[in-house]
Amino acid sequence: MSETKDRKAPFFESSPKASPAEREWQEKTLQPALEKSPERLPSFTTVSGYPIRRLYTQGNLADWDAGRDLGRPGSPPYTRGIHATMYRGRLWTMRQFAGYGSAEDTNRRFRYLLAQGQTGLSVAFDLPTLMGYDSDHPLSDGEVGKCGVAISSLADMEALFEQIPLAQVTTSMTINSPAAPIWAMYLAVAEKQGARWEKISGTLQNDILKEYIAQKEYIFPPAPSMRLVTDTIEFAAKRTPKFNPVSISGYHIREAGSTAIQELAFTLRDGIEYIENCLARGMRIDQFAPRLSFFFNAHNDFFEEIAKYRAARRLWCSVMRERFGAGDPRSWALRFHAQTAGCSLTAQQPYNNVVRTTLQALAAVLGGTQSLHTNSLDEAWALPTEAAATIALRTQQILAHESGVTNTADPLGGSYFLETLTNEVEQGARDYIGQIDALGGMVAAIERGFPQREVADAAYRYQTALDRKEKIVVGVNDYSTFEKPIEILQIDESVAHRQTERLRKLREKRSRDEVERRLVALRKAAASEENTMPPLLAAVKAYATLGEICDALRDVFGTYEESAIT
Amino acid sequence: MPEKKIRVLIAKPGLDGHDRGAKVIARALRDAGMEVIYTGLRQTPEMIASAAVQEDVDVIGLSILSGAHNTLCPRLIELLRARGIEDVTVLIGGIIPEADIAGLKQAGIAEVFLPGTSTQTIVDFIRQRVAAARQGV
Repeated sequence: MSETKDRKAPFFESSPKASPAEREWQEKTLQPALEKSPERLPSFTTVSGYPIRRLYTQGNLADWDAGRDLGRPGSPPYTRGIHATMYRGRLWTMRQFAGYGSAEDTNRRFRYLLAQGQTGLSVAFDLPTLMGYDSDHPLSDGEVGKCGVAISSLADMEALFEQIPLAQVTTSMTINSPAAPIWAMYLAVAEKQGARWEKISGTLQNDILKEYIAQKEYIFPPAPSMRLVTDTIEFAAKRTPKFNPVSISGYHIREAGSTAIQELAFTLRDGIEYIENCLARGMRIDQFAPRLSFFFNAHNDFFEEIAKYRAARRLWCSVMRERFGAGDPRSWALRFHAQTAGCSLTAQQPYNNVVRTTLQALAAVLGGTQSLHTNSLDEAWALPTEAAATIALRTQQILAHESGVTNTADPLGGSYFLETLTNEVEQGARDYIGQIDALGGMVAAIERGFPQREVADAAYRYQTALDRKEKIVVGVNDYSTFEKPIEILQIDESVAHRQTERLRKLREKRSRDEVERRLVALRKAAASEENTMPPLLAAVKAYATLGEICDALRDVFGTYEESAIT
Repeated sequence: MPEKKIRVLIAKPGLDGHDRGAKVIARALRDAGMEVIYTGLRQTPEMIASAAVQEDVDVIGLSILSGAHNTLCPRLIELLRARGIEDVTVLIGGIIPEADIAGLKQAGIAEVFLPGTSTQTIVDFIRQRVAAARQGV
């Protein structure tokens, strides 16, 4: 259990070995103060339940060495950031996750957000698309366009990027099980637009391990799923050197209820698993490692999050150099996108969410993120309205241009609190990574239910704390008011009807024989050791639908359902 | 004679795999002394109705965050009626617009629990509901 691994801060001591000055302060100043007025709570913990001491001093950093552990931005161990000038050189990408309804609806929202100053695109797909079903599949009933945009074929992808030049705009796509075919569609659109694959940039989430752990949007079993990820990394290394083929994610693990340390540990260990698969295929580490990217949550506990990002960079640098012997510094430097915590936002008094999102975004910026999505105030009710999405973007712009925090790299570096917490988060993550190594790796750990159980336990502990009011959520278990509902985005079944019609026309127009031939070729590649990207590209260009492609893969790989752990 | 334990089916209808809420509720209800069966993910209304009959449950708790509630819930209620177990209490937890709640209740949903609901509220509701149902109220 993770609790035994958390370092419990002794109640009275501020540092492990109290110096004479420390002891004097405890006796002469602290003790009388506590006798006069005890502290508000028996213990003070982060949102993850991690205990925080009342004071941090240089005594907490006896084994810390600024040269070794802090360093400078742009050089190992990257604690202070991966670029020498950080935000003075370039601001983080403001990349708002967006998508709903049809490709046309989402295209409009994309162009609106770009016009409002966001600097990168991020696509949210609907559940049928995420699960590899066409919009007109029986299981898609009621789900089309509700959680994101409906993409059933290359035709939809073309409409999605209408008037958006992929040569100039970078796109992140939140897609996992069907990442390879969806990426094939994106590459096909780029090609049609005349954008060169060697030049285009963006990110594919394509992180199947965290699906088994947390988000559960898997289709195939782990082994073939890992093969697909390896195929995309291999293809990207050769053909799209500026594209990030994976976004190794902790966001979803955190949303499922994990602690910050679990989020960090499981994410990095997932990264290690992908690397091992690529190496087993014969790739060299520096061939692909520079384009592995990461995706973290930006949750409520301000300092825990900043510590987490800094620990992430330092730990990954050490993993890449020591565990894998990577020689290219670009392999050592952890690049990440952050999203503010959706699970922390409330249905009650939704305008309070603007405040939460601001603090979370600030933590991500002080933690040195490369890219950021800020949630909208209506997160707990629906997909964002245009107005709510605008406030979320403005939040980032205000941080960037008005707060001053971008004026210097790693502004909080050197803080006794932050450096101690960074050390402790890193150690906690190392311990978990060790446990997963001992279980035989992440796939083995997942098959035993280890990370899933850790996350479920942490989620339950948190809910218990809320139910007991040991943790307060403003407007929810305290400070409630009577409220009128806010206006929210409505998506109706007309999207589904239009998609069904569109698919009918598509199937009429395209060459049935050509589609059949390409699906046969795809099945053959999937059943062999060929890289599936070329046959996927051929299939999407013939306007095979996503459902048809995924069904072909289902035929070869089979499907997967977990044994649920509650 | 000891009171028969309350039996609850927790179900994830539709394609969505976000199961944090379903699992937390399942555990909370178990801790409160109820017998809980969790269906797992990606259940169709047909699968849920079958499970409810098979497991002879008092309550079905649906976890829906996907926006598909207006399609999935009426279909489930219809199936429960067809299978003769329309007296089972059906609850929803998740992301449901305020404007849709009245319609869902009219369709036969007993209660909708929105984000931020305490587990105790849900436990109390179920206990009251099942007690009333057993007394034939």
